Amino acid sequence: MTEVRNELVRKRYAAERRFRFYGAAALGLTALFLAFLLVDIVSKGLPAFRETSVEVDVTVDAAEVDPANLAGGNYDKMIKEAFRAEFPDVKGRTERKALSALLSSGGADTLRSMVIADPALIGKTVTVPVLLGDDADLFLKGLLTRVKTTAGAMPLHIAQLDGEEGFVLTGDKAGEEAERQLGLAAGDVIRFKGGALRVTGPQNGYLKAEPIFAPDPAITTLAAGQWDVLAFSVPESNRRISDAQVLWLDQLKSEGRIETSFAWRLFEAGDSREPELAGIRGALIGSLLTVLVAISLALPLGIAAAIYLEEFAPKNRWTDLIEVNINNLAAVPSIIFGLLGLAVFLNFFGMPRSAPLVGGLVLALLVLPTIIIASRAALKAVPPSITEAALGVGASKQQAVFQHVLPLALPGIMTGTILGLARAFGETAPLLMIGMVAFIADIPSGFTSAATVLPVQVFLWSDLPEMAFQSRTAAAIIVLLVVLFALNAVAIYLRKRFERRW
Amino acid sequence: MNAPVHHQTLVTPEKPKALAAGQFKVTARDVDVFYGDKHAIRKLSIDIPDRAVSAFIGPSGCGKSTFLRCINRMNDTIPTCRVTGDIKVDKNDIYDPKIDVVQLRAKVGMVFQKPNPFPKSIYENVAYGPRIHGLAASKTELDEIVEKSLRKAGLWEEVKDRLQHPGTGLSGGQQQRLCIARAIAVNPEVILMDEPCSALDPIATARIEELIDELRQNYCIVIVTHSMQQAARVSQLTAFFHLGTLVEYGDTDEMFTAPQEKRTQDYITGRFG
Amino acid sequence: MFVWTVLLIVLMAAIAYWAGRTRAAGLVTAGGPRLHSLPSYHGLFTAAGAMIGGLALAIAGALAFGGQSVATPVAAVVGAGIGAAPLYAKSSLDFRARNNFERIVLVLLICCSGVAILTTIGIVFSVLFETLVFFRSVSPIEFLFGTHWSPTGTPPSFGLIPLLAGTLLITVIAILVAGPLGLLSAIYMAEYASPHLRSVLKPILEILAGIPTVVLGFFAALTVAPLIRGSGEAMGFSVASESALAAGLVMGMMIVPLISSLSDDIINAVPQSLRDGSYAMGATKSETIKKVVLPAALPGIVSAFMLAISRAVGETMIVVMAAGLAANLTANPLAAVTTITVQIATLLVGDQEFDSPKTLSAFALGFVLFFFTLVLNYIALRIVQKYREQYD
Repeated sequence: MTEVRNELVRKRYAAERRFRFYGAAALGLTALFLAFLLVDIVSKGLPAFRETSVEVDVTVDAAEVDPANLAGGNYDKMIKEAFRAEFPDVKGRTERKALSALLSSGGADTLRSMVIADPALIGKTVTVPVLLGDDADLFLKGLLTRVKTTAGAMPLHIAQLDGEEGFVLTGDKAGEEAERQLGLAAGDVIRFKGGALRVTGPQNGYLKAEPIFAPDPAITTLAAGQWDVLAFSVPESNRRISDAQVLWLDQLKSEGRIETSFAWRLFEAGDSREPELAGIRGALIGSLLTVLVAISLALPLGIAAAIYLEEFAPKNRWTDLIEVNINNLAAVPSIIFGLLGLAVFLNFFGMPRSAPLVGGLVLALLVLPTIIIASRAALKAVPPSITEAALGVGASKQQAVFQHVLPLALPGIMTGTILGLARAFGETAPLLMIGMVAFIADIPSGFTSAATVLPVQVFLWSDLPEMAFQSRTAAAIIVLLVVLFALNAVAIYLRKRFERRW
Repeated sequence: MNAPVHHQTLVTPEKPKALAAGQFKVTARDVDVFYGDKHAIRKLSIDIPDRAVSAFIGPSGCGKSTFLRCINRMNDTIPTCRVTGDIKVDKNDIYDPKIDVVQLRAKVGMVFQKPNPFPKSIYENVAYGPRIHGLAASKTELDEIVEKSLRKAGLWEEVKDRLQHPGTGLSGGQQQRLCIARAIAVNPEVILMDEPCSALDPIATARIEELIDELRQNYCIVIVTHSMQQAARVSQLTAFFHLGTLVEYGDTDEMFTAPQEKRTQDYITGRFG
Repeated sequence: MFVWTVLLIVLMAAIAYWAGRTRAAGLVTAGGPRLHSLPSYHGLFTAAGAMIGGLALAIAGALAFGGQSVATPVAAVVGAGIGAAPLYAKSSLDFRARNNFERIVLVLLICCSGVAILTTIGIVFSVLFETLVFFRSVSPIEFLFGTHWSPTGTPPSFGLIPLLAGTLLITVIAILVAGPLGLLSAIYMAEYASPHLRSVLKPILEILAGIPTVVLGFFAALTVAPLIRGSGEAMGFSVASESALAAGLVMGMMIVPLISSLSDDIINAVPQSLRDGSYAMGATKSETIKKVVLPAALPGIVSAFMLAISRAVGETMIVVMAAGLAANLTANPLAAVTTITVQIATLLVGDQEFDSPKTLSAFALGFVLFFFTLVLNYIALRIVQKYREQYD
């Protein structure tokens, strides 16, 4: 009998432990998901906070710049020409284009502002830090392909094939297959002074290669140490940067001319079609304006409504209706508020599309229930003895509320408001409806100018095919999250600092 | 109209000794109070003299606090509460729609069961009333009112050096005296006290009782208390409430030595309560 | 002109305040009767008159002459004067300025709380109106029971069923993820975790709850979806790149904090006496939770789930970014489906023509969504209310 009992008790304890484990596992999984999310975003986004540029000596051609119209000069052309001049071997049209493609068109803006700041530069040669294009930038950050460079350990013989394009590579040892002997695989690049070849693979018993930079025909043998092998983790056809471009960048890097710096541009520029030029300033300002409108409407309205409902409203059906209504509004999907904004503010009242004013109005209505509910809770937490004390010395109900209850409830109200603010700051869906989703390169100048907001910018960028935009998107998300965490930290601080136990 | 269910013995005002001296400050006639459907006070009539302490005693839920709160219309804050009948302070009907409840409460001050100072400085606690009623024309006048009130409440010597400290930092007894000072500051004529010592220790209680005795010289004081000893110590008149009716009202000494009603006697001797 | 008008009204109100206050203060004679209300209330009352008069005439002026006209600020000034003058004149020793001013404030407070009602009315009317226009070109029967959705096709078809099915599929996945995780988390937090552990765990859920859905959408589309596709294909399944599973999974994680915080509150509200009764009979903690606490908390938990469903149905960004656009009628979680919110968003992003059924159909979808979530929310909130009353 006792044994059966003990068996049962043992089982019950096992069940207890199992149940407890499930709970811990659920929380663990949730925490793991959060950690995975944050790590993923941070690792994707961090590279976008740095940008790379190359120093180019540009002669500011007087013929290209009209002193009366400094901004109108063709700076892009000057930079591209100066850059190409550094690679005199590059001749073909396609190659020259590939070379120029390493640079961003943003370099022209740098030079333009330099010249505008100092017109005396016209006719002189200046060193300009020219921003690299998105693909070059990604490559240098190691995001497109990994490259393993090894020095050639043994002599390499190069023979040009007669009558056809291409070279045959052989090593020193006879009889052994060249590819194994030399450690080469298809897609590897052989670099040496005066040329570069791409290994195409064994063919008819030969290890064949094609030229990237055609070598001097006089070169037939390269001693050990005179050549390098570049092995790529991603084949050329699958990456957005060609072997030739890699070699040029490698050269610039070995010359020490590649500069990496903090990408202030991300915070200073508006949106752009070029990933390396795109910034979030426009979206940040748009967010600021929108949230400003939202909070300056929702806060007074919300507090007033909460005061009325909590302190003055008689208990009747009308009050009940308002209460049920507010609770329900708090759970209405945000996209519905977008429909409201579209139908009422844009279509009916004819307000401007894409404007922070309208966005703010919509968000104000969206967070109003949250603020009312939080404010009511804060007002309710003030003990009635305070009101009674004020009434007892002859204060009117309104004096009691506005002079005693409200100040005491204010920290709680502010905490709720900041959380509402955070919600408004991260809200996307309703703003899509009212046209805040357009491509807007300009920094918004006012409440009625076209603007977008940070979360919508994230949405817009996430949809673009360029890989560099993925990184920018993650960077924008990091900024968004930092702002939100800061807001929440303030709310927590307020709660801790002013929390009052009655 | 329903016929009155209970008819309490209204002791004629001439009878108690204490009543002979003063005039009536508060008079109530046929007061009924309802909380929703609950009939909390039935046909209550009473005359309360000026410059004397009247104590309301009775078991819990007998309506003594409810009636007290009718005298300065604090019951207005309870939405379901309804008051009928006549309550006059200085011959003015306080439930007259023309009466401004705010001015009534300045005239009829109140001290609550639990000390409830505002979470502000001691000075601000006392100055609040005079300020909203515009009693002081200048800062100096306000300072004078604050000092006078704190002196009257017997708190001045203890707090004069820390007027800017929060009122909530005082001890319970001091807090209650601060609340009394706050009530005095607006020059009330009647002070209602709703079990003012129930949250205090015996020493603080003794201090408050002394204070009540001093204040009697200038104010009409009505105190609700659970303690019959306290009623006996501080009051000149005692009213015994039971189940929403005023059972007996008269001179405290007589009430405790020779109650006229059996119910009073039972309560005083501890048969119920 | 707008700024000028506002500034002028504020200025006029300030003048009115000063005038009213000064006049009231001047009425007092030394030793004479006191004012009923403080002078500042006389000032505030006069200022309120200036505000109301100024605003009224400014709006009238803007409507009559156009917002950009100089007439608007002029009208504001005149209106402020007209509004303030009679109130200024009213001032006397026993004038109840405070009571009158407080009446104005109360009306203002009532108006503010009416905004919530106005919002609901606005939503209902804007959605309903466009929906009715939509039903002029597409019959409600076709809309509600059609099995084909292709608003841009020729001819366009507007059948709701595939969207409902898609929404349902993703919602079910989300609830299957969030339900157990959220509920178990809540139980662990409420019953097992020490206060210290709780103070560590709670922020994790709060952070997750605070992450904007657009971020979760990005994560779903760029990280989770490829991951699922990759592992699915490694196991030999064909997985759409915008699978319902990816969207549903991430949406489920989004809802975990909602379910857990609501359930946490509800479990905490179960009176300790019930637990004590069970412990006293020798039940273990988990037996007490399963047999006593959860049954007692059941109505609340049900309503938490309903709120979670409503949240999942109405969630937009995650599905816009991670779910598909094509309306497939399928129950396969590895296939791409679309949802009501995705369609609303796609139909209304870009240019809208309020005369084409394409744009209007978005409002009809909005109406369905609003109706659906409203019913869920209303029932859930009623259950919670009943439940609270039971234990209060």
